Amino acid sequence: MDTNVPRTPPRKSATFDDYTLAEIRRAATTGIYDIRGAGAKRKLPHFDDLLFLGASISRYPLEGYREKCGTDVVLGTRFAKKPLELKIPITIAGMSFGSLSAQAKEALGRGASMAGTSTTTGDGGMTPEERGQSRHLVYQYLPSRYGMNPDDLRKADAIEVVVGQGAKPGGGGMLLGQKISDRVAAMRCLPKGIDQRSACRHPDWTGPDDLEIKIHELREITSWEKPIYVKIGGTRPYYDVALAVKAGADVVVLDGMQGGTAATQEVFIEHVGLPILACIRPAVKALQDLGMHRKVQLIVSGGIRSGADVAKALALGADAVAIGTAALVALGDNDPHLEEEYRALGTTAGAYDDWHEGRDPAGITTQDPVLAARLDPVKAGRRLSNYLKVMTLEAQTVARACGKSHLHNLEPEDLCALTVEAAAMAQVPLAGTSWIPGRAGY
Amino acid sequence: MHELDLKAIGVTGINQKLYNIPKDSNERHWVIRNPMGQHAIACGVDGPLMIDIMGHVGFYCGGMNKEAEITIHGHAGVGVAENMMSGVVWVKGNASESAGATANGGLLVIEGDASSRCGISMKGVDIVVGGSVGHMSAFMAQRGNLVVCGDAGEALGDSIYEARLYVRGRAVNLGSDCIEKEMRQEHLEDLARLLDRARMKHRPEAFRRYGSARKLYNFNVDHADAY
Repeated sequence: MDTNVPRTPPRKSATFDDYTLAEIRRAATTGIYDIRGAGAKRKLPHFDDLLFLGASISRYPLEGYREKCGTDVVLGTRFAKKPLELKIPITIAGMSFGSLSAQAKEALGRGASMAGTSTTTGDGGMTPEERGQSRHLVYQYLPSRYGMNPDDLRKADAIEVVVGQGAKPGGGGMLLGQKISDRVAAMRCLPKGIDQRSACRHPDWTGPDDLEIKIHELREITSWEKPIYVKIGGTRPYYDVALAVKAGADVVVLDGMQGGTAATQEVFIEHVGLPILACIRPAVKALQDLGMHRKVQLIVSGGIRSGADVAKALALGADAVAIGTAALVALGDNDPHLEEEYRALGTTAGAYDDWHEGRDPAGITTQDPVLAARLDPVKAGRRLSNYLKVMTLEAQTVARACGKSHLHNLEPEDLCALTVEAAAMAQVPLAGTSWIPGRAGY
Repeated sequence: MHELDLKAIGVTGINQKLYNIPKDSNERHWVIRNPMGQHAIACGVDGPLMIDIMGHVGFYCGGMNKEAEITIHGHAGVGVAENMMSGVVWVKGNASESAGATANGGLLVIEGDASSRCGISMKGVDIVVGGSVGHMSAFMAQRGNLVVCGDAGEALGDSIYEARLYVRGRAVNLGSDCIEKEMRQEHLEDLARLLDRARMKHRPEAFRRYGSARKLYNFNVDHADAY
């Protein structure tokens, strides 16, 4: 070959990039779709595409550290005799015992309780560890009804009827056999070691009219004391929120596609649903159109990471947020100090998402007793509490800068967007303009 | 025997009365008049009461029942005895969809027919149906027994786990991973016991048994056609 002749360098396809090629080879070799945990990893319009405007002459800021900025939230004020009174508007999302170790569930309860907020069970029932350490515990009511019983229902502080979740709206659950230990199997009434598939639809109701009757039954059994949440994945937020309200929900939980899962097909996680940024305004509009904004509380989730995200979600009209993936990171998930062990699993810290395999070196997404014992629930709970408090302080900092004496006083007018897409989704002006895409015919 | 009139005190009034009967009370037998097809009647009862409901009921009657013996002197709506833990729910008439859904224990007897999804995701309950059951009955049934004295609709036992199904008549077809299984002596004895408890006069030998082939318990791409 004449090396003096100029040649074009090797060029890889943007369509068939290295990741895509590797996935094709993996599928051809194994014959099974890729399953993983966590939420969407692709780049999506998100809260990073929004900025707070802050106060100056036309707005009057509050003094940091001196002037009060409230953070409390009351959830379930519509029908429940005993609504949840939380100190902060950051809750812990539903994650099951089974997908998580008992130590991790206990740590979530400890951390949430120290910070004055709630934690949530998952698709596997309520464990004594979690109930014992959770001052405010939300009990999920899922299609599988694993571990469901009236005693635990009555022990809960609120009930969350799960219709869907952001990582897999329209899909059921999955817990692979390697995580079905003796205890998990007993709680779910299944043989040990088999793949556990949860149905995508509830077994005894279909549609909003039936849901209304189901909620009525749950209220009867709990003597109308407990707030009833309805959790939905972000797909058609305006209509789904309206129907949840019609069905009698006290609280609507709306989960965007960045929301995590214990185990789901990659194709589902990355290609179904909406980013949370696109969900909040339609959901709030539905509540406003029904005269229910702030009467039926809205909790949003899916990629909440910082106090800035919390403040932005609340400014768009949410009453509270829920965190899942971020809470696990706070406990110790994907920590670089475990890099050697992550490498042994063929991954790296920050990318580990094979939560379904049960080999988590951090002892969080596992049922292996040796691995699970690595997580100290007391220390991990303290880390979560610290993180929740930092997020709250950050949100307060932003709110004070916008002149707000309570996080719930933040409003869309405090925000602008860095991209046209984010401006359209959040329905706030593009930065430096008064243009909101879709408004006034533009 | 004590009477409660639903027309007078409503569903919540009825349920609250039943919930608040002390465990050591001798007021054990309660009759509910005028149920009017209302939903959630006698759901969540937690104690060894005898409850007679004199008429038709709506959704979720006897839901999550513990220990009580509830007799519905009429037809039952969707999800009768859903998630029952123990006790007995007895339907004198027919039952709508999802009878005994996810129920963990106890006995559900339906003297008439049951609609689709009877015993869906059942987790240990015994269900005896005097007539026939609709399609997708015992879908994802995990544990317990479903006895059908009549026929079973399409896709019986789809994705079944460890539940046992006994059908006296014809099963239109079986769902994924559900197969006919040998009726051994232990099964005949179990079935005889269930029929006796449900006061059904049928010979166990006239039934066929169905259960899981267990081929879908762990994913295998060569079984993907079954999904």
